[in-house]
Amino acid sequence: MAYSEKVIDHYSNPRNVGTLDKGSPNVGTGLVGAPECGDVMRLQIQVNPETGVIEDARFKTFGCGSAIASSSLATEWLKGKSVDQALTIDNMDIVEELALPPVKIHCSVLAEDAIRAAINDYRVKQGLEPIAEEKSHH
Amino acid sequence: MVLLLQIRINLNKIMKLPVYLDNNATTKVDPRVLDAMIPYFTEDFGNAASRNHPFGWKAEEGVDYAREQIAALIGANEKEIIFTSGATESNNLALKGVFEMYAEKGRHIITAVTEHKAILDTCKHLEKQGAEITYLHPAENGLLTIAQVEEAIRPDTILVTIMFGNNEIGVLQPIREIAALCKKHGVLFHSDATQAVGKIPVDVVADNIDLMSFTAHKMYGPKGIGVLYVRRKNPRVKVTAQMDGGGHERGMRSGTLNVPGIVGLGKAAELARIEMDSDTQRIIKMRDRLENALLTMEESYLNGSKEHRLPHTTNISFKYVEGEGLMMAIKDIAVSSGSACTSASLEPSYVLKSLGLDDELAHSSLRFGLSRYTTDEEIDFTIKCVTDAVNRLREMSPLWEMFKEGIDLKSVQWTEH
Repeated sequence: MAYSEKVIDHYSNPRNVGTLDKGSPNVGTGLVGAPECGDVMRLQIQVNPETGVIEDARFKTFGCGSAIASSSLATEWLKGKSVDQALTIDNMDIVEELALPPVKIHCSVLAEDAIRAAINDYRVKQGLEPIAEEKSHH
Repeated sequence: MVLLLQIRINLNKIMKLPVYLDNNATTKVDPRVLDAMIPYFTEDFGNAASRNHPFGWKAEEGVDYAREQIAALIGANEKEIIFTSGATESNNLALKGVFEMYAEKGRHIITAVTEHKAILDTCKHLEKQGAEITYLHPAENGLLTIAQVEEAIRPDTILVTIMFGNNEIGVLQPIREIAALCKKHGVLFHSDATQAVGKIPVDVVADNIDLMSFTAHKMYGPKGIGVLYVRRKNPRVKVTAQMDGGGHERGMRSGTLNVPGIVGLGKAAELARIEMDSDTQRIIKMRDRLENALLTMEESYLNGSKEHRLPHTTNISFKYVEGEGLMMAIKDIAVSSGSACTSASLEPSYVLKSLGLDDELAHSSLRFGLSRYTTDEEIDFTIKCVTDAVNRLREMSPLWEMFKEGIDLKSVQWTEH
């Protein structure tokens, strides 16, 4: 199967690989997927508590090229967004941007799950209610 | 003249990319094989079944000679060679043909869970027709024991089918011993020897094999031509034809013979017989060098028995790195992976899983298959590429980070998706 140029670009030059301090109250961590499924994504956001803006985003991913590209793209999109804006990122936006084939849509779903999980982790740390699970994946 | 020679030597040193290390999937046709085939497309294009003109005679001569070349490679009589379209058809013909022919004797067949899909799916088909199939489970090293087979044999067992060398991990089963056991019990023995014939010595007499499938394209021959060896005496084995037609191949497989393919397979068999020893010596050295270098990496594991193995195959898991992602990083090397993402079913390799490997190790595996064309330069290049890629991807892997922090991944609550 041939990969799109954008997948290859993100895979070869992944943006924002790394680790933020998961103990910090301003950092939200989302760990989704499972090793036996062949995909695990860890996505972290660092939020400015004053402005609610995501100042930094980092990822590490165990998975195929599309999974790595999806998480790399997600970190790019998250930076500079408010937490509320970040919640509007839809997996189909990732599919479109990376031209993922149908068999790789689950990689984009995982990236969306990782974003929500990171935001919820941050919200809980801030004493807020987690956003309810929304199972409306395309 | 000296200059010209120098240029040629330099040209030979330039490695062509990508490097092909997927020779368990298929091999390049040997130019000598192709040369032997070409006249049978254009000049000697006759139908081998045409008995009354020279075109037919010439084609038949080619086929007869090939039969001898093939029989010589496996210690058979040339009358015992039944041509098919490939190993999948041979496996279908062997299993379905025996099941129909020996239905009065019984309906029980013994096989193993690590067999190729051409065997397992045929068994599933036969189960729907009323067959009872026992699926043996190999040990962690991929090997079956004689005792396991003996325990499974029943009075109504008509066939035991066990592959010679495994296509994914290269493990060689104790075929001679299993087959001798079957003979003792009066049960027919079939082996899918697709990966073994042409690579290691196979002798249907010494090995007590009654039926055996193999194909040309795994031993530097063309695709689309295979063989089912069917023993003619001691005992005389018969299989019911699965296609109706002109009654070719002693009534067991109808259809106009693929003369160029057969001639190519004959030549490939002859070359394998003559060059097997020297090829194997070179290949096994390169394979071991590749394997040893990759196994020096932390958390990398060899899959399957190290001792009982095809000389050209190694299958290694690089823990905490996903196979498809890894293959993308080594795009200049053509290999195959046990990762789910590389299969249509999104399931990781059932062969690796049957060895008791965790799914994550099955996802992290690469299979390297060398050939008579593999060079030392290619092996050096592969060692470097794979090592760099594994290190790079581990830096990107949350699982590697967790492992390094001493977190037991089994204790983590993973989210299914």
